Order: sequence, then structure tokens, then C-alpha cells
Amino acid sequence: MIHFVLLISRQGKVRLTKWYSAYSQKERTKVIRELSGLILTRGPKLCNFVEWRGLRVVYKRYASLYFCMCIDEDDNELEILEIIHHYVEVLDRYFGSVCELDLIYNFHKAYFILDELLIAGELQEPSKRTVARLVAAQDSLVETAKEQTSSITNIIAQAANV
Amino acid sequence: MKEYIIRLVYVEMLGHDASFGYIHAVKMIHDDSLLVKRTGYLAVTLFLNEDHDLIILIVNTIQKDLKSDNYLVVCAALNAVCKLINEETIPAVLPQIVELLAHPKEAVRKKAIMALHRFYQKSPSSVSHLVSNFRKRLCDNDPGVMGATLCPLFDLITNDVNSYKDLVISFVSILKQVAERRLPKAYDYHQMPAPFIQIKLLKILALLGSSDKQASENMYTVVGDIFRKCDSSSNIGNAVLYECICCVSSIYPNHKLLVSAADAISRFLKSDSHNLKYMGIDALGRLIKISPEIAEQHQLAVIDCLEDPDDTLKRKTFELLYKMTKSTNVEVIVDRMIDYMNSINDNHYKTEIASRCVELAEQFAPSNQWFIQTMNKVFEHAGDLVNIKVAHNLMRLIAEGFGEDDDTADSQLRSSAVESYLHILGEPKLPSVFLQVICWVLGEYGTADGKYSASYITGKLCDVAEAYSNDETVKAYAVTALMKIYAFEIAAGRKVDMLPECHSLMEEFLASHSTDLQQRAYELQAVIGLDAHAVESILPSDASCEDIEVDKALSFLNDYIQESIEKGAQPYIPESERTGMLNISNFRNQDHHEASSHGLRFEAYELPKQTVQARIPPASLASTELVPVPEAMYPRESYQTTTVPSVSSDAASTELKLRLDGVQKRWGRQTHFPSTSTSNSTSLKTVNGITQVDGSNTANSRTRETYDSRKQVEISPEKQKLAASLFGGPSKTEKKSATGHKSSKPSSHMVKSHAPKSSMEVASEKTSVQQPPDLLDFGEPTVRSTAPSLDPFKDLEGLLEPTTQVSSAVNHSSTAAVTKSPDIMGLYTETTAGAHHKDSDILSGLSKPPMTNMVGGTTTMQVAQSSKGPNLKDSLEKDALVRQIGVTPSSQNPNLFKDILG
Repeated sequence: MIHFVLLISRQGKVRLTKWYSAYSQKERTKVIRELSGLILTRGPKLCNFVEWRGLRVVYKRYASLYFCMCIDEDDNELEILEIIHHYVEVLDRYFGSVCELDLIYNFHKAYFILDELLIAGELQEPSKRTVARLVAAQDSLVETAKEQTSSITNIIAQAANV
Repeated sequence: MKEYIIRLVYVEMLGHDASFGYIHAVKMIHDDSLLVKRTGYLAVTLFLNEDHDLIILIVNTIQKDLKSDNYLVVCAALNAVCKLINEETIPAVLPQIVELLAHPKEAVRKKAIMALHRFYQKSPSSVSHLVSNFRKRLCDNDPGVMGATLCPLFDLITNDVNSYKDLVISFVSILKQVAERRLPKAYDYHQMPAPFIQIKLLKILALLGSSDKQASENMYTVVGDIFRKCDSSSNIGNAVLYECICCVSSIYPNHKLLVSAADAISRFLKSDSHNLKYMGIDALGRLIKISPEIAEQHQLAVIDCLEDPDDTLKRKTFELLYKMTKSTNVEVIVDRMIDYMNSINDNHYKTEIASRCVELAEQFAPSNQWFIQTMNKVFEHAGDLVNIKVAHNLMRLIAEGFGEDDDTADSQLRSSAVESYLHILGEPKLPSVFLQVICWVLGEYGTADGKYSASYITGKLCDVAEAYSNDETVKAYAVTALMKIYAFEIAAGRKVDMLPECHSLMEEFLASHSTDLQQRAYELQAVIGLDAHAVESILPSDASCEDIEVDKALSFLNDYIQESIEKGAQPYIPESERTGMLNISNFRNQDHHEASSHGLRFEAYELPKQTVQARIPPASLASTELVPVPEAMYPRESYQTTTVPSVSSDAASTELKLRLDGVQKRWGRQTHFPSTSTSNSTSLKTVNGITQVDGSNTANSRTRETYDSRKQVEISPEKQKLAASLFGGPSKTEKKSATGHKSSKPSSHMVKSHAPKSSMEVASEKTSVQQPPDLLDFGEPTVRSTAPSLDPFKDLEGLLEPTTQVSSAVNHSSTAAVTKSPDIMGLYTETTAGAHHKDSDILSGLSKPPMTNMVGGTTTMQVAQSSKGPNLKDSLEKDALVRQIGVTPSSQNPNLFKDILG
């Protein structure tokens, strides 16, 4: 099971966190500090796994962002590495060549996508297309909602003008 | 508002406290607009933990949203359910989630499955009645849902392997079809067909096949296929390969698979990627349990990994070494471990590696001398991190010796320990635990062999007590050690003269703030004042191993108690009884509190009654209930009946209430099925006695020679030496391990036959094997085969026409499952909707019976009982079912049924 997902920039700034096991706010900051110290200092040719408090942390670097997932000891690390890659691919498809800025300004969308991919610490959907479809459905709903509100404001504005 | 909440999420993510805004996020999920609601759900799942106080405010909304027509709303609610619902609130949403399992949208079904999985993790008893649903979902049309179902099944199987053995064949056929690319293209990942599902399935198979030959045999072909098909150039292919190796090492060993697993491992180890090396080392550690000789081929790779700059890889390698330690290579390995332990400063890992060193040293120590030295090193460097039990263990070990009845060896051990400790005491700073051991050993055995004088030892002990003056435990140990030494001296008839520093120390301790120290100091004083004979009986020499009897019942006080009672004292009442009495007196005025000891109630409040009854606000008793529940208004029965009409009459007003019909029963009395988990793992460890030590030296040199001839010169001799010392054992013991392997086979056979398996199951499995695979009309042939014995019951079954179908299906379900399962995946590729539906109906019908079948006698009884209705027909049906179960093994004991048949 995945205990948490963490996105940190190379400077150690947190970009996204998702906790599947219970951690208090205090523990969270501690975990983030510890892990960023551990992971950011690792050299480029070393392996992508870190042992940490009896758990494994699998991380992968994409440009300036580190994607980390914390898993149990008996999980398949390579699989988690691919789950990370899977997530990045879905993000990439959604944003169109995703970059750190996309995640900073649309981090809630990144969360929605993550929610479609992982649930309760397990991979729920291995198909990229399904995830994309679900997210698109939600987005189209948002669009219609926006149109409605804008049309209503238009009507009100017109009424006010008249 | 929405924007603000999103900002708040960001603020919280950066590590600041945003708890003031939580309530607004909770409010947002009540909003009608899906857009706002979705953001609210996102914020709530990120903000709150499952034990947060605000959860109770969310439950109502979640209930409403789960019933929504819009599947996106349902999805959002299910996401929140997975994160937020805790053990107390599970019953509030459970029925709705079970309904959602049949939702037309696959995304909803999938999430519902995952929610149930989460519930199972939180409280297994809450969903124990829903296990059949998981099985049904395994045959879902959508691969995504099927994949999601594997998660809960994996957990269920981990807890109780034996009830799911019947699913092996389905899993194997699913895996086969996945590997043959029968799934839609969308599930491919980097040209691999649905690798995540494959990995999950392999994990499950590994569980199911462990030490079960019959189950494992079904898997061999498919696992072999996957080995062949995986391309090892992509990362995901390697992930699947690794999982295959894990599976092979877990199931009943098969030579061919072991060979291909070893090939894969060597590919991993030879690759340049550190990730793959890491996985290779891990896989090697798994496989080494089954075939120790594999390690030999890879000795150089392992040594390379051990010297790699990458810390993670190094640790993994140590883990591997730990697994392959034997008495021949223990010295090298433990030395390496200690070296590494000294070089790191991560306390968590240091503790782990220290305890491993201790364990290995205890298990394989070649000599006492070495053992003591090793322990000293461990304590010296990681003393404060070592479990205190390890120290106690060491003391006991020194006191009792190594179990041999050789007194000279023991005393040798002790004197060597004393000597080394006296030497170590010169070091400036030592961990507290280690000092305790030192003090104890010096006190007990410091003067035993007469090498050191009492005054020398006591001087050292006084130094210790002074040097570590802020550690009370060490001081206490030192004082007791002093007392022992003086006692031994007195008992031996020698004159005792206390050193001046010892005197001053005693003065100090007599006035110590610590009562423990004070007491020990006074005891010392008292002992010194006594004559030799008394001291002898107080502190006999070398008696630390003798048992001291403790009278736990305090029987020596009986007389005193008797006396007091006769004088009129009250007898003692145990605490539990006392509180019980208190409760009884409290309960008197409220007849139905009915021990709803835990949790909340989710049923609607009853409508207020005009007649005002006596108010009883039992605040103290309702302490476990967060929602005030009106109590004791009227008896239970009338309450039940009055609520129902009221709910139906004014439907408008019920909207605001918590409604949870039908939950009460499950909620009220929790039926708890203890899951019987039998672990029958066969340990295939080869036995290596200490007798091998003799041969090891020659073995080492021999391996080195053969090794040289095999490989070229570019390897440094140092490495070779290390390799030889590490792997020397296996090469020599190869023959021995092979025999050990053989001998282990029958033992695992035995385990298998011991495995609790009802004869019924065995019989059905046998038939399932014998059946031809194209047996689609499953009912007939099997019935014919058992027809003679069935006849009398046929009549009985005739009475219950509709139900017999089911029960006979139950009987042959396992065969049906066998023949049917290959079609499960075929469904995915089928395009015509009509045929699609038909097939899936059959399958879903089939998927339930195996459950009742495989659990065997006990569970079937349970199932039967749970389905038992009040009417006669149902009970007859149950009877038939039970009888049929009795009938099937009739071939094994036909005599029993002859009487009945006449």
C-alpha cells in the first residue's frame, strides 16, 4: 500500500502531498523535511529507492520535480516507479507537456487526477484512457457550470443596463 | 469561496496551520453545485483525518450524495468515503455502497470496491458478510473493476489462504488471458499488456501457491509463459519479471521455473542500472531460501554491491548476507556489518543492523571468545540503541554458558568476558546498557577465577559509579556488584577492607535522592556487617541461574486476612466486580440502555410524543455517544413500529434526518467470525551443523582455486578472498544442501496433507481435475457419477424445485468454475452485446456458489444458517444442502450410506 505521495521541487518546496495513512500536521512537516533532505542529496546514478523508517520511498525526478511515493517494505519497487511514471504520463496528456508551473497553478487538478489514479493507497485504474475520460467528464461539467453563471451574469447585466 | 478554499489547501500543503478554514470546506460539500461540491470534497479529504471531529458533519452529506443520479457526484463522495469514513461511521454508508456495486458506471463500481476494501482494512468484521460480492466483481465486464477487486482479494487471501484455494484456477486463467493480450489496448502500458494487473495477480498466486503443491502446479505454465514474454528492456517488464521471481520463490518449487528465475536474477545483477541491481539482490534473497546454490554464481556481483557507494543498495546487500549467514561465514559477515554500523548515523537503521548482528552472533557463534568480542563491539557502538532485552540475554548467556555441560568452558568464557570488560572500561565513554552488563558481570564473576583481586575490581567499579554519576541505573548496578564482591569475599573467609573511595561513595549513596540507590547502599552496609555464614546464605556464589520462587497468590498473608475478617473487616472485592455493582445501581432506573456501548446511532430520531415522560438525562453513561439519543421513552417494540409509519407519512420532514433503516440489526449485535489463519510454511533451510567448520578452510581454498580458473585475472585478490569466505560455505555444502532439499520435499508433502482440508473439498477438486474441459452443461455428468447415492434425496429435492437447482449447483460449482473460467476474459473481447449479457449472467450466477462450497463444513453451516428463514421450505432446503455435502464424500465411506439406502 502507498502511504503517501509527495511532490517536491529541487529547492525542497512542496508541490503536492497526498496522505493515505494518518499523519498529524506535525508529523507531516517532519516527514517532508526528513525526506527532502534524504532524497535531494542523492546522486544521479544511484538507485531510486530509499529506506526510511522501515518503509521504502520510491522517487523519480522529472526536470526539477521529485515525485516520491512511500510504500511498505514488501511492495514491488519497480511497479511503484512505473505508477509514478504512469501518473506523470497522465498529467502530461492532460496539461500537454506538463511543467512545474502547471502543477503550481492547477494543483487542484493534479489532485483530481491523482484521485482517479490512486485510491486509498492502491492503484485503482491502470488505463490512461479511462482516467482521461473521467477527468474530461468532470471538466466539461465545470465548463457548463461556468457558462451558466456567465450567462446569468450577462442577463443581470443586461437587465441592469436596460 | 471556492478559490479561497483552494488557497487554503495550498497553505496547508506548505505546512501552515489552516484549521480555522476546515469548517468552511465542510460547508462547501453541502453545496448544490457540483463544481463547488467537488472542491469541497477535495479540500475535506486533504484537510481531515478519519478521526477528526468534523467527520460526523460530513456523513449525512455523503449519504445523500451516494444516492445522487449524477455519477460524478457519487464518485466524489466515494473518494471522500475512502479517506474519511472511520470504523464508527462505516455502518452509516455501507448499505449504499453495497448497492453501488451494481451501478451501471464502471468508475462507480470500481470506487465502491475500493471503499469496501478500505472498510475491510479498518474493521474486517464490518464487511465479512460481503466477501461474496468481491468474488462476483472479479467477473466484472470492465477490466478496471476486475483489477480493483484484486486489491481486497489480496488482503483477504493474505489473512486466510485456505478459503480461496478454489479461485486459483480463475486467477490463472485471468492471468493467462492478460498475458495473451486479450484485454483492450487501453490497458497496455509501454507495450506490456496490463502489467499492473499482472503484478497483482502474481502476488495473489504467490500467496495461494505457497507450500501447496496442487495449487502451484496449476500456475507453472502461466508463470513460465510470462517469464518468456516479458521483455527485460523496459522497466515495467522488469517489474513483472521481479514479481514472477517472487512468485516462483513462494510457490512449491519447480525446477524449470527456478532456472528461469535464476536467469532473470543474473540479468538483473549484471545490468548497469542500480535499480535493477537492487531488485536483483532482493530477488536473490528470496530465492536463496529455496536453492542456496544460486548465490554462488553471483558472488562477485554481490560483493560489488556491498562496496557500492549507494547506501540503499548496500543495505539491501546486508539484508541478503543476513539471510545467507551460516556458521562458516558468520565471522566475515558480522564484521562487515559492524564496520558498516559504525559508519552510519541513522539511528533507525543502526538499531536494526545491531539487532541483526546480535541475532547472528547468538545463532552461529563459532567460539565463545568471538561471541563476547562481537557483543562488546556491538554494545560499544550502538549500545544505547540496542534493546535492553539483548543485554539481559547476554548476561544470562554468560551466566548459563552455551548450554553444554562443560563447566570449564563456561568458566573460561566468564573469565574471558571479565578480562575484556576490564580492558574496555578504560575507554572514555560507554553506553549505559553496556555498562550495566559490565557491572553485572564484574560483580558476579570478577573474582571467580582468582586472577584479579577484590580490591582491584571494586576500585574499577567505584570508578564506573563516579564517572557516570548522572546515570542512576548504572550506579545501582555498580553498587550491587560491589555488594556481591564483598559478600563473596566474606563468604570465602577473607578479611574485607573497603577502599577509601568506596567508603566515600557509600556515604554519598546513603544520602542519595534515589530511594533505590539508598536501599542498595544500606543493604551493602548491612551485608558487610554480617558474619561469613549468614552472608553465604544471603548471596551464594554463582547462583544467578537458580530459580527464585515467587508466591504470586500471596498465600503467606492468608492467616492475617482470616484474622482480620474474623474481627469484622470487609472482604476484598475485585475491582471489576466493584464497578459492576456500581453500574447495576445506576441502571436501575433505565430499562433499555442495552449496552450500546460503542458508537453512534444512525437511525432517525423518533417523532416527539405529546405525553411528556420522565426525563432521564444519563450524562455519565452516554459518555461514549456523541449524538444524544433519546432513551427509555417507551419499550423497544413500540418504538420500532411507531417509527416506520411516521417516516412514510411525512416524507418531507424526513429529509433532514439521518435515515438508516436496516442497519440497526447489524449494528446492535456484532457477529464476529474469528478467521482461522493457519500458517503452514515449510522452512526449507538447510541444516548446517557446527561440524562443517572443520571442512570450511579447505573448502575456502578450493573454491578460490576453481574460481580463479573460471574467471580472468582482473579481479583483485582481496575481493576474491572475501567472496570465498562468504560463499565458501555453499560451495562445499552444495551436496549437503541438495540432500537437504530432497529431504525437505516429503516434509512439505506432510504439511500439505496436514493442511485442514475437508474431504469434501478434496473430492470435488479431484473431480474437477478429471472433468473434460468442454464440460459446459456441468450438472449432468457429475450427477450421474454420484447418482446411486443421491437417489433418495432426489425425491426430497423434488419438493423444492427452484431451490435444488441452486444447491446442486453448489455441489458442482468448483467443476463449473474450472470449465467456465477461461471464458471470463473472453468476455472482454466480445463485441455483441446480446451474447455478452447472457454470458455474464451465467458467470455472476456461478461466482457465488464456489464460496459456499470451498469453505467446507463449518462455513456452509454458517451460510445455511444465515439464509435460514422461518418457513419450512427454507429449512428443508438447508437440510438438503447439508445432506448433499454429506453425500459427496460417500464414495469414501459408502458403508455409512448403505444403511440409509437399504
